[in-house]
Amino acid sequence: MSAGGTPGAGGTLSDEGTVTAYETVVGLEVHCELATTTKLFCGCRNAFGQEPNTNVCPVCLGLPGSLPVVNRRAVELALRIGTALNCRAQRSIFHRKNYFYPDMPKDYQISQYDEPINIDGWLELPDGSRVGIERAHMEEDTGKTTHVGGGGRIHEAGHSLVDYNRAGVPLVEIVSRPDIRSASQARAYVTELRSILVATGASDGRMEEGSLRVDANVSIRPAGSLEYGTRCEVKNLNSLRSLQRAIDYEVARQTALLETGERVAQETRHWNEAGGTTHALRSKEEANDYRYFPEPDLVPLVPDAELLAAAAAGVGSMPAERRRLLEQLVSGDSKAPIPARGDSSTDQVVTVVDLGLDELVAGAVAAGADPRLALARTANEAAASPEAARSLDRLAFAALLKMESSGQLSATQSKEVLAELIARGGDPAQIAARLGYEQMDAVALEAIVDDVIAANPEEWERFRDGDEKVAQFLLGQVMRATKGKANGKTVAALFAARRDA
Amino acid sequence: MTAKQSRGLGSVSEIAASVRSGEVSARSVLDKALQRVGELEGDLHCFNEVTTEKATADADAVDRMVASGADPGPLAGVPIALKDNLCTEGIPTTCSSRILAGWRPPYDATAVARLRIAGAVLVGKTNLDEFAMGSSTENSAFGPTRNPWDPTCVPGGSSGGSAAAVASGMVPLAFGTDTGGSIRQPASLCGVVGVKPTYGVVSRYGLIAFASSLDQIGPFAATVADAALGLEVVAGHDPMDSTSLDRPAPSILASLGDGVSGLRVGIVEDFLSDVSPECSAAVAAAGEALAAGGAKVEHVAIPEVLLGLPAYYVIAPAEASSNLSRYDGVRYGLRVDGPDVETMNARTRGEGFGAEVKRRIMIGTYALSAGYYDAYYGQAQKARTLLIRAFETAYRTFDVLLTPTTPSVAFPFGSKVDDPIEMYLCDLCSIPSNLAGHPAVTVPFALSPEGLPVGVQVLAPALGEALMMRVAASLEQAAPPGARGPVTP
Repeated sequence: MSAGGTPGAGGTLSDEGTVTAYETVVGLEVHCELATTTKLFCGCRNAFGQEPNTNVCPVCLGLPGSLPVVNRRAVELALRIGTALNCRAQRSIFHRKNYFYPDMPKDYQISQYDEPINIDGWLELPDGSRVGIERAHMEEDTGKTTHVGGGGRIHEAGHSLVDYNRAGVPLVEIVSRPDIRSASQARAYVTELRSILVATGASDGRMEEGSLRVDANVSIRPAGSLEYGTRCEVKNLNSLRSLQRAIDYEVARQTALLETGERVAQETRHWNEAGGTTHALRSKEEANDYRYFPEPDLVPLVPDAELLAAAAAGVGSMPAERRRLLEQLVSGDSKAPIPARGDSSTDQVVTVVDLGLDELVAGAVAAGADPRLALARTANEAAASPEAARSLDRLAFAALLKMESSGQLSATQSKEVLAELIARGGDPAQIAARLGYEQMDAVALEAIVDDVIAANPEEWERFRDGDEKVAQFLLGQVMRATKGKANGKTVAALFAARRDA
Repeated sequence: MTAKQSRGLGSVSEIAASVRSGEVSARSVLDKALQRVGELEGDLHCFNEVTTEKATADADAVDRMVASGADPGPLAGVPIALKDNLCTEGIPTTCSSRILAGWRPPYDATAVARLRIAGAVLVGKTNLDEFAMGSSTENSAFGPTRNPWDPTCVPGGSSGGSAAAVASGMVPLAFGTDTGGSIRQPASLCGVVGVKPTYGVVSRYGLIAFASSLDQIGPFAATVADAALGLEVVAGHDPMDSTSLDRPAPSILASLGDGVSGLRVGIVEDFLSDVSPECSAAVAAAGEALAAGGAKVEHVAIPEVLLGLPAYYVIAPAEASSNLSRYDGVRYGLRVDGPDVETMNARTRGEGFGAEVKRRIMIGTYALSAGYYDAYYGQAQKARTLLIRAFETAYRTFDVLLTPTTPSVAFPFGSKVDDPIEMYLCDLCSIPSNLAGHPAVTVPFALSPEGLPVGVQVLAPALGEALMMRVAASLEQAAPPGARGPVTP
């Protein structure tokens, strides 16, 4: 495992707790599918999950005679990403990257090479560390090959099926500088980058659908060394978990090599999710000379003022800024207790911003809800269905939170009403009434409290002697008797009043 | 020499006018064209495919339009031939290569679509050097085309089939593509007019790429006016081609008869010592004719034009090596199976491509390889820039330039096939225009002692088509009778 954390931290903690003398160095290449309506060079739909080879035309099939034309919307989204990552936009050109592979219709990929559209940016992580961005360039995606038989690899397969729906889908490849120092920081980087990409509207951020794909360049070096070690590029990282595991595995593998006096070979390695290991690709699979040269079918991309303005206007407020605003909002005067789920409010802030629910919290607070309660209910409950929660009526949400704060509803009841509110909308007071959460009659509640005291004389004595633990037991008994309808704070007050009488 | 002058089917404008007026039917014009194809095709082999059935339906459709009072367009009922590297929907488009034999594109090239909209009737797809790589059509996988002036000689290439189809009077208008001279050289060798437009004037969408930064579609016709009409129809901006110029089609016909009085014409002297006496003599005579028409004619040295050939033979193969990668047996065309995908790719390409195509793929792959890029591709691009600057300088002094089109007249079959360099030299005078992206036209201007046609070439700066064609029209007027097609072999 990795000790994670801050750049420049020397050494990583091994499982045995001994400090090894190596520092992890990671640079990430993140491929982001742009959320455009159509593909990068033709008018075919850019859509996931369609019947194979239905979103295709002469251009994205690379039929003889067809020519690419750049999708202006894709350029705008690429510029938005660059803006959000503090990059400099520049005149760029497309190159051809030549290699044979059946899922590449033209047997070359149109990509950007030494003159990319965005260069020299940075990304700030929630812990305040910064990762440099070398470039964020545009390119087209390939098709998708399914190797049938032979364990899914091309050389052992009986035959292969190719789906060109994805061919020509616009990608932006975001290349970080080798500033990442641990697997957990790599994970934090991708998490933050994903939030940024979603916030810009450039991507849907769905790693599971391949909208975001990560390759990791991993090396190690003696702690304190200024020279980089030999790196390996690890591919096929389809989730944050794979990313973290693969880096940990690579660091361990490379450490073992160096410890036994061997050298790390510069190579491309494939992450095997099931086995939890990486293996080198056959040298034939990577011995490519891509013969890059300027794509003669396209003209240089010179972003005009109109496009740059559209890109700048389209970039929403970034997650780091939104986290700061949300923290300010909740750190103000708040009477609600910190929820008992173990999440710190910082974690809740990260979750809420990541899911784009910060506006919901702000809206509820503006309508008079308690900020900390609004944050907690959003991070813990609303977060379960973020899509629906984003369109939740702010006033109704605030009204519900106020009912909970005032003791009109218990926490349990409030969560039930919230679930209903998110699922079907409506008025929280009416939902509460429909669910039978009418306010408990005060006299009836006092009678139940007295019954509980009478039925549990031993526990009551301990409570009177100041045993706080037994307070929860007594509360639980009242809740059972009232089927959860009683307000916890009211019950606690009733017990306290009888003890102090 | 048995070739006799022929009227062919008449001029493009005459045919279109008589079909539009209802005086003659498109069907009867087509029948005459098909009859002449029937008579001569066996000797000449201009076509890879004669589309008799579809042509008949198209001609009938034109006649129905005329009957209904609609105007079928400026090329109403004009039979045309298209080089077989221009995509035609549903009609085999092969590039004269085994690797694409039988492939039917699902779409029309933009130029093809514009010709159809203008009322032209496609008679067939013409033979070429495989993937437009060659200067004789001897590199066609389906056998060579013969020169109508002398069937023992090549028609030139790579658009040899289109040149010979016009020169033999099978069709009055044909289209080819010109990457380093593939329209002008065969036009010159066959005694017809051939135009390479400014890069970007005619959409390349649907032109099967050889070298993308050099390829242009252009017309062949017996006369300058007919070629101009054909060019006007296919020219103009196309949103499907990013390199298409965003401007309307040039207006050429209107000023065609304005003469050359006061124009400044430069005879480029750097080629003259490298071409045969009849070719340099034709240039001298053309210069005199223009001077007689009131032009100011001078010699000019532009030594950078000689950088053209070596630069071209790096840049064009480099682009070709990438453009031709897609013929891998996976999606369309020939597939020769193998135990794994790499072997299938290799066998397909090994059997599908001819020797010249393989040679250029290898040259291009080498030129782009790591460690060689700067020395070859980078250097060639620098030479290209020098050449463009030299032309810019020349055009400060001259309106147009005059050069030979080719170093020699049509040559016998087999005389250059074993010497690629000798074959490449055929494009010496035509290549610079492609590298610069400038327009150029060849006009038949003389006959060699053996009775073979000799063309001269007029060059103009980018978008100088109207002026260039005006000069060409003046040269046509001054050319001796019998120097141009159509002829009957």
